[in-house]
Amino acid sequence: MIEKYSALVSGVIDKYRPRLEGRKVMLFVGGLRPRHVIGAYEDLGMEVVGTGYEFGHNDDYQRTTHYVKDGTLIYDDVTGYEFEKFVEKVKPDLVGSGIKEKYVFQKMGVPFRQMHSWDYSGPYHGYDGFAIFARDMDMAINNPAWRLTRAPWQA
Amino acid sequence: MAQNPGEVLDHFNLFRQPEYVEMLTNKKKNFENPVPDQEVEKIRDWTKTQEYREKNFSRTAVTINPAKACQPLGAVFVAAGFEGTLPFVHGSQGCVAYYRSHFSRHFKEPTSCVSSSMTEDAAVFGGLKNMVEGLANAYSLYKPKMIAVSTTCMAEVIGDDLNAFIKNAKEQGSVPQEFDVPYAHTPAFVGSHVTGYDNALKGILTHFWNGRERVADEKINFIGGFDGYVVGNIREIRRMFDLMGIGYTILCDPSDTWDTPTDGQFRMYDGGTTLEETKLALNAKATVSFQEFCTEKSLGFCAEKGQEVLALNHPIGVAGTDKFLMEIARLTGKPVPEALTRERGRLLDAIADSSAHIHGKRFAIYGDPDFTYGMAGFLMELGAEPVHVLATNGGSAWQTKVTELLESSPFGKGCHAYAGRDLWHMRSLLFTEPVDFLIGNTYGKYLERDTGTPLIRIGFPIFDRHHHHRYPIWGYQGGLNLLVKVLDRIFDDLDRNTNVPAKSDYSYDIIR
Repeated sequence: MIEKYSALVSGVIDKYRPRLEGRKVMLFVGGLRPRHVIGAYEDLGMEVVGTGYEFGHNDDYQRTTHYVKDGTLIYDDVTGYEFEKFVEKVKPDLVGSGIKEKYVFQKMGVPFRQMHSWDYSGPYHGYDGFAIFARDMDMAINNPAWRLTRAPWQA
Repeated sequence: MAQNPGEVLDHFNLFRQPEYVEMLTNKKKNFENPVPDQEVEKIRDWTKTQEYREKNFSRTAVTINPAKACQPLGAVFVAAGFEGTLPFVHGSQGCVAYYRSHFSRHFKEPTSCVSSSMTEDAAVFGGLKNMVEGLANAYSLYKPKMIAVSTTCMAEVIGDDLNAFIKNAKEQGSVPQEFDVPYAHTPAFVGSHVTGYDNALKGILTHFWNGRERVADEKINFIGGFDGYVVGNIREIRRMFDLMGIGYTILCDPSDTWDTPTDGQFRMYDGGTTLEETKLALNAKATVSFQEFCTEKSLGFCAEKGQEVLALNHPIGVAGTDKFLMEIARLTGKPVPEALTRERGRLLDAIADSSAHIHGKRFAIYGDPDFTYGMAGFLMELGAEPVHVLATNGGSAWQTKVTELLESSPFGKGCHAYAGRDLWHMRSLLFTEPVDFLIGNTYGKYLERDTGTPLIRIGFPIFDRHHHHRYPIWGYQGGLNLLVKVLDRIFDDLDRNTNVPAKSDYSYDIIR
């Protein structure tokens, strides 16, 4: 099975990794994705610099240590206020969370993808889903609109 | 019997009733001598091929479905933009019938215009008599403040001299000597409606500015160009200029005369650039045109008179509007105000919210040169690809400009400009290099039906949708309006393609 899909996976990585290499992501999702999606981002050369759970418990945080690097910011059931301040400080290239967070960060000029509903795209699971995941992360981060957030007459 | 008073059927359903279907089938069988259906299918399929496309693109002696109109249409547009002005087209009646119905069908408003009604004897003897009588009748019956004269093919082919004719008519007392009768030769077999706009506007400016001394002031002149959204657009320009607190003159403003109220009174004339404003506009510091290819001669004349001139290419969207406002700020010394900066931010917000649905979508666009340029730029700003950009009335300068624009963005890769091509060329493009959406005027519906490419109606004329012209496509508000138009079609199509139970409706989403 792995061999059957290896060409597809390399193809996706060859196309999208150069466009996403080195980009930083902060996540805040439910109970599993804050750790389980990290590998997918890393396959594309991206770094998860912050993550946390809405309703995870001690054992989830324990398990998370196996997925993240030292120095990763971890937040538990983060509040709106905290998340905003963290993103302001850390300045990630992408935030992945839910519909109630999306527009806050977009207005701050930070690209955002919903990691509950896949922003009405998807699927992201599996080999076929990986291609869609990569396309969507690229589409969000490399959207030309983000370069326009400061009006040219605002120094 | 198909018809009944209890449930009246009109053309939508009446002709599908058995008695009509039978009648039409018999008519075809007994009288039409049709080519066999199989043969028609064979040829139809052949016209979709690459081979046919090559033949199609190499034709020289015939234009099929040109996406442009003729000069006098543009001249009538210009006349409608001036206070109490009656357009007077010297030439055949039928032409004027077309200009009037064309504008009325688009704006759903009356369009007044005089024809000097030249017929076969005028073709032999010249149209002086028509001019003399026409001006006299129009002046006394319709009491305009100005009559703006242009020409049809007929008057041009026989070489009628408008300057001489108008002088003659004044000498014969058709209208008072001091009554304003600007004119422009608008040979309909040269260029297109945008050429006519330019010629007519230059004619008016020449009439009022020659022989006057310029005393430069701080105002700027604004020329919108030939524009199907003129009602919404000029109002938006005024609103933005007022927010910036600048002094300005809109040269050619038909936004009132093509949007008069229904309140019991017919207004033959309403609003428009006043004659006084037009005279004083000579003193403006600068003239800004929103459509370069619509105002080449007019801007040239403004420059001759000592004004600074600036030609834009129908800027749409964030970057385009930024550029426009920054030029206005530079020319007037007034900064872009907080209110407009906020509107900008709101448009950007809307783009960020929705761009996932537009990103990577392939578009074909056709229309006037400046519009297609601005629209291609906006699409690339949204992350979409303007694969085919076609302007029947675009020349080589336009083609070069659009090509440069496409090369300036990764979203323009593999995209091309087609100057001087018509909608039958576009048909081949849509069959051999399909796209997701077509942007164009009402005539695009035939391409939509033929090629299966969904049409988003943006352009002129739009006859089969109502009231779009009342809303802007310029400014940040206009960008938002266009964004919604594009998105609505994308979402309609998404729904249409995902509604089969158990087959495609796993994507028939409530939230998009």
